[in-house]
Amino acid sequence: MPRRVSIGFATILVVCILWYALTTGLGIIPSGRFPSPAETWSALIHLSGRGYGGGDLAIHVYTSLRLVVLGFLFAIVTGVPLGLLMGWSRKAEAFINPIFLIIRPIPPLAWIPLAILWLGLGDAAKMMVIWFSAFVPSVINTYTGVRNIDRPVLEAAYMLGMPKGRFVTEVLVPGASPMIFTGLRLSLQASWTTLVAAELVGAFYGIGRVLNVAQQDLYPGMILVGMIAVAILGWGTTKALGMAEQRALRWNTAALAARG
Amino acid sequence: MNKQITFAHSIGLGILGLICFIGLWQGLASSDIVPSVFLPSPLEVYDRFTTLLERRFAGATLPGHLAASFQRFAYGFILAALIGIPLGLLMGWYQVLDEIVSPLFDALRFVAPIAWVPFAALWFGTGIGGPIMIIFAGAFPPCVINAYRGAKFVDPRLIEAANMLGTPSHRVIREVLLPSSVPSIISGLRVSAGLGWQSLVGAELIVASAGVGYMMVQGQANVSTTTVMAGMVAIGLVGLALDSALRLIERIIQRRRGLGQ
Repeated sequence: MPRRVSIGFATILVVCILWYALTTGLGIIPSGRFPSPAETWSALIHLSGRGYGGGDLAIHVYTSLRLVVLGFLFAIVTGVPLGLLMGWSRKAEAFINPIFLIIRPIPPLAWIPLAILWLGLGDAAKMMVIWFSAFVPSVINTYTGVRNIDRPVLEAAYMLGMPKGRFVTEVLVPGASPMIFTGLRLSLQASWTTLVAAELVGAFYGIGRVLNVAQQDLYPGMILVGMIAVAILGWGTTKALGMAEQRALRWNTAALAARG
Repeated sequence: MNKQITFAHSIGLGILGLICFIGLWQGLASSDIVPSVFLPSPLEVYDRFTTLLERRFAGATLPGHLAASFQRFAYGFILAALIGIPLGLLMGWYQVLDEIVSPLFDALRFVAPIAWVPFAALWFGTGIGGPIMIIFAGAFPPCVINAYRGAKFVDPRLIEAANMLGTPSHRVIREVLLPSSVPSIISGLRVSAGLGWQSLVGAELIVASAGVGYMMVQGQANVSTTTVMAGMVAIGLVGLALDSALRLIERIIQRRRGLGQ
């Protein structure tokens, strides 16, 4: 849609001009409240060159990205099989569901103080809360995905005497995969929110650490750089997951069409 | 599906699951593997919870902290609904507005609500204004998105019928578009409430001088694991109550319009 795209570009352009005009040109917004484009740029140079908050941009980005990816992968490895099990076996569902009902209302962010008490301010505590925030959506969506598989498909596989292993890899996982990916996208978003919060509460490196120090130093340019970094990382990882999804669901044209 | 099981069987298994969970917790807590400072038993957490109902910790009792948190939550949530729902509806009706706002919205969507904490503190302070802005940042997007969907995906036949019968456009908006977007708006509000409540907890962990999150941070600083866990329980209970209340409203509205069952 070229009209949509051109209006989009025009909007972004107008916002950038407004940003420049309000901060630098007319000076309506004081630089102590919101940084001008020049201040933001110099904060970015400061962060990537000399470093800020204990390290340079590369170290902070690497720390945050590594924690999110590891915590997220760990949540997939544990959450998806549990969701498959709960979806497949009524007994497992009946056994595990009440425990879930108790733990689920507690938001992942509320685990941060406990994680710090248990594991300190290092990577382990962050991994724990990221795992926790990503685990719940992956379990629930995998479970729903298995429940939504057409009954005849399951019965056919059963009737043809498919061995258990092949049944899981060739029927359950592919059948549930559109929902699994929906869950993974929610998990990924939750991972970033949790990581930023955990790093804001206490960390040695990471984008959240940059934001925290910038807040204490009253350094608006650096705050904005930190926020942009969070947004770009979140966008990039979501795109990567989307590409993985396209590859994984290539066989399933209906699922892809539903996604648009 | 795998073998069906009877209702009684499933209740039994559920109770067994809970017993295993609490038994494991109790067992770990009373054994020497984990120091009890770090893993108090369920009973100790319950004791602490009831104590906190009456005794002050970090400046207020638990109900006091909850009231402070809930007040901020209510302001932020209502603000998000008051701005977000009309914006979403207008975006759904006027394509130009949709085309103008969507790129900005998409760009901001990837900023985690919690990442607004430094600016929120800078602009509105850490008392009540800053946390309200964080709740707003968490609760605003679902309000907009669901109101937008509600307005965008109204059955076109309804509008065509109304137009054909010569209904004036302000009546079409009030009597066709608005009622048919209500279910989507309500489910958006439910998502909003959950995200807003969670963002509030995050904001209070980082910058606040009262509220449940603040109480938990103080508990953490004093190595009082029971206080932290009691805070988690309280947060979970309030979150659950909020969700149930909105679910109830959702159901009442559906029943009124004969969409129940």
